[in-house]
Amino acid sequence: MSENKNNKNNIGRRNFIKLLGGSAVVSSAALVGFKPKDEERGGTTLSLSQKGEMTYRQTPSTGDRVSLLGFGFMRLPTIAGNSARENANTIDQEAVNALTDHALENGVNYFDTSPVYCRGESEKSLGIALKRHPRNKYYIATKLSNFSPDTWSREASLKMYYDSFKELQVDYIDYMLLHAIGQGGMNSLHRRYLDNGILDFLIEERKAGRIRNLGFSYHGDIEVFDYLLSRHDEIKWDFVQIQLNYLDWNYAKQINKANTNASYLYEELQKRGIPSIIMEPLLGGRLAKLPDYLMGRLKQQKRDNSIASWAFRYAGSFPGVLTVLSGMTYMEHLQDNLKTYSPLEPLTEKENHLLEETAKLMIEYPLVACTACQYCMPCPYGIDIPSIFLHYNKCVSEDNFPQSSQDENYKKSRRAFLVGYDRTVPKLRQANHCIGCDQCSHHCPQTIKIPKELMRIDRYAESLKQETL
Amino acid sequence: MLKRIRTISAVLFMALITLLFLDFTGTIHTWFGWMAKIQFFPALMALNFGIITGLILITLLLGRIYCSVVCPLGLFQDLISKVASRNKKNRFYFSKAMSWLRYGVLILFVIAFIAGFGSFVALLEPYSAFGRIVSNLLAPLYQLVNNFFASLAERMDSYAFYEKEVWIRSISTFSIAVITLISIVVLAWRGGRTYCNTICPVGTVLGFLSQFSIYKHRIDTSKCNSCGLCAKNCKASCIDAKSHTIDYSRCVSCYNCIGKCKKEAIKYTPSFGQPKEESVKEQPVPEKAMVSNDQIDSSRRNMLTIAGTLLATSAIKAQGKKVDGGLAFIEDKKIPERQTQLVPAGAQNLRNFTRRCTGCQLCVSACPNNVLRPSTALTSFMQPEMSYERGYCRPECTKCSEVCPAGAITAVSREDKSSTQIGHAVWIEKNCVVLTDGVSCGNCARHCPVGAIVMIEMDEDGFDSKKIPTINTERCIGCGACENLCPARPFSAIYVEGHTMHRTI
Repeated sequence: MSENKNNKNNIGRRNFIKLLGGSAVVSSAALVGFKPKDEERGGTTLSLSQKGEMTYRQTPSTGDRVSLLGFGFMRLPTIAGNSARENANTIDQEAVNALTDHALENGVNYFDTSPVYCRGESEKSLGIALKRHPRNKYYIATKLSNFSPDTWSREASLKMYYDSFKELQVDYIDYMLLHAIGQGGMNSLHRRYLDNGILDFLIEERKAGRIRNLGFSYHGDIEVFDYLLSRHDEIKWDFVQIQLNYLDWNYAKQINKANTNASYLYEELQKRGIPSIIMEPLLGGRLAKLPDYLMGRLKQQKRDNSIASWAFRYAGSFPGVLTVLSGMTYMEHLQDNLKTYSPLEPLTEKENHLLEETAKLMIEYPLVACTACQYCMPCPYGIDIPSIFLHYNKCVSEDNFPQSSQDENYKKSRRAFLVGYDRTVPKLRQANHCIGCDQCSHHCPQTIKIPKELMRIDRYAESLKQETL
Repeated sequence: MLKRIRTISAVLFMALITLLFLDFTGTIHTWFGWMAKIQFFPALMALNFGIITGLILITLLLGRIYCSVVCPLGLFQDLISKVASRNKKNRFYFSKAMSWLRYGVLILFVIAFIAGFGSFVALLEPYSAFGRIVSNLLAPLYQLVNNFFASLAERMDSYAFYEKEVWIRSISTFSIAVITLISIVVLAWRGGRTYCNTICPVGTVLGFLSQFSIYKHRIDTSKCNSCGLCAKNCKASCIDAKSHTIDYSRCVSCYNCIGKCKKEAIKYTPSFGQPKEESVKEQPVPEKAMVSNDQIDSSRRNMLTIAGTLLATSAIKAQGKKVDGGLAFIEDKKIPERQTQLVPAGAQNLRNFTRRCTGCQLCVSACPNNVLRPSTALTSFMQPEMSYERGYCRPECTKCSEVCPAGAITAVSREDKSSTQIGHAVWIEKNCVVLTDGVSCGNCARHCPVGAIVMIEMDEDGFDSKKIPTINTERCIGCGACENLCPARPFSAIYVEGHTMHRTI
């Protein structure tokens, strides 16, 4: 340190130039990091060092001090090297242990699992990993995942409940959830939890101390959410798990018609003083892999932060949020998330606005969620799929996307779209040559229905060419 | 004064007509498209009697000013001739008219026309010859320059310029253009308007008429000293200074002689109220050199053009290699063998088309979809025909019918065009990717603008088999969207066969 100080004081002209050169190298390295390929969660060029301590939030009912980062055990690493969600390989327990250890060391104390995750292996894996640490150092969350009709009976549901204790090797569970209520509507809720008395049973278990916090996770039919909240005074939910991210905040319906805006869900919980646990902060990874233009805007603000970190900061900035779950497969995911939340740097108003705008662009304009990963390439019929999406997204984001010939800048934007199209994509590789053989779609990690999107873009380009808008 | 007006208007005409062939955006056509339509032979072909009458009347009034102002090939020869005159002053001399050749060529021309041998007609017709030279030799250069600007614009994120594909549409027509250019340059270099007064059928016809024109150059024998300066500067070689006569059938009304004469002995006057021949004075006067800076070294330009074209082709190849990286190779499409040639909607029928088309290439230059190219078939040599390897006849485009000055492609509206059947699509089973690659396709049906292609089950009574296209020939207009967008390469699995008679559906 003292040497550094000396240097600082003795800055001569030469040193100054050296410093300048050095910072130039740094900034160019940061620029290299802009390449979409590196832009995965916690891309390798990003610095992974933490700034300080993990941010914690407290539950009102039990006073638990929960880390803002919660570890979701749904995408565990397998021996094949990818996540258990993408393949059927055996879970890599050593990697799980290493992740768990690193998480605990850095202040993560909330672990979320379910009897159904990773083909039923997740609870067991979590049990093994956590058994090596003192029980009071972490909170375990699991769920009563009686989706299948043959687990609807009281007996089968109870078996599932007790099995969780065995698999997790624990005698109490910190957070117990009714899993994914809302799917299947009120009918399903009745069958799964009400008619068979399981909800009453769980409330009893909470009294008995084998469940410390009782809550539910919600997807789908809003009637079920409202119904369960209406019974809050009687049941006293300790927490509720909802899907929240900057897209779902106001545009949940546009993403999935069955869903409800996170703004509504969160506000309803806030009204009742129920803490929210956040799932899908990245919307299935979609918010970690933004289209280039949107990514560039965020990078411009914070070069050194991953794109995923914006979504985590968004979710974490709500004061009523207890913890934000992240299904972390790789150490880099964990490190990046730790960095984001150690401590949380809440979004400024300006940043919040930027994300709102990002969401707006993503929703209001029909961007294709292509990350130019090139997995779909080469197309056997020579189509340059990523370039077509790139051009299309660019035009959409830059407002060169007229919707009618009456638009104010119709002529200009029409020309920009068509001339730019020929510039970006050679004629023979444009969307009109897509035959729809669909050999590409299953390669797409974003599950884009490529031929469908290409044909949509082709129809649009055609309507511009023929001026039939 | 007369000469200045003539020169300025001629340069304007030639420049704008040249631009008509170069401008692929269609902007120039909006304003100056008429310049092509007042060309003598195309107007005759278009049965544009108003224009023909006008041109005849002008010739009867003022002589062959058509040849020195309106005809772009005429001015082109003047430019060559002017360059030649820089090295050698007073290089012309009177020669006897080669009437047998002129009228011989004219008769051949008429016979060829009546016999429907359009290529011979197109070969000699001056405006078309000029068009071929510009569209084959100059246009690629122009497009390369445009593409350079387009790449600059791209870097500046501007959409002011867009890239244009540069390609030679027909080697034989390209060669004809080169040969025509060389012949014209040689003839003009040596003898000024030799072509106009020996070969050009339009020149012959107008020359015949101009003998009776009201306004003429007349030598005032009372002032003339028989110095012969006028004859030495007459690019039409039509002034006989010794006998003080002018062969009015060859005079193109360029007014060069008027300015040259130091004695002001040559006047351009109407035939009424003329005094008869008077005495001649002799007084040789030193002449001044006439040099202008804006002349273009044509032979050099010619060479550059050819070099540019070669460069263009190699550039295309290089680009082809560059884009191959992570992309599948795309084989070039080959031209299918069509039993009947395809000509654009507006042509009405092949007979009308081949008879009227003067092969000027204006439509070929104007076609934004790379569909039109000069034919190589003997009966329609140099006349345009359609093929769909590089693009198809897009529903919104009626460019060729707008520009055609000869009525070979009559004006059609978008609606007319989309209901005119110029041919019909034919499916070739053995090429179809549904069968060769075992994939689903239907790209032809998806892009058919008139819904003439229906995808049907491959199996006779299956309902879940792969689908193959079938064509409703009653609805098909022959635009070639299916052929162009067919994934089968090099030969498409669906191609368009032409019709001799276009019909409205």
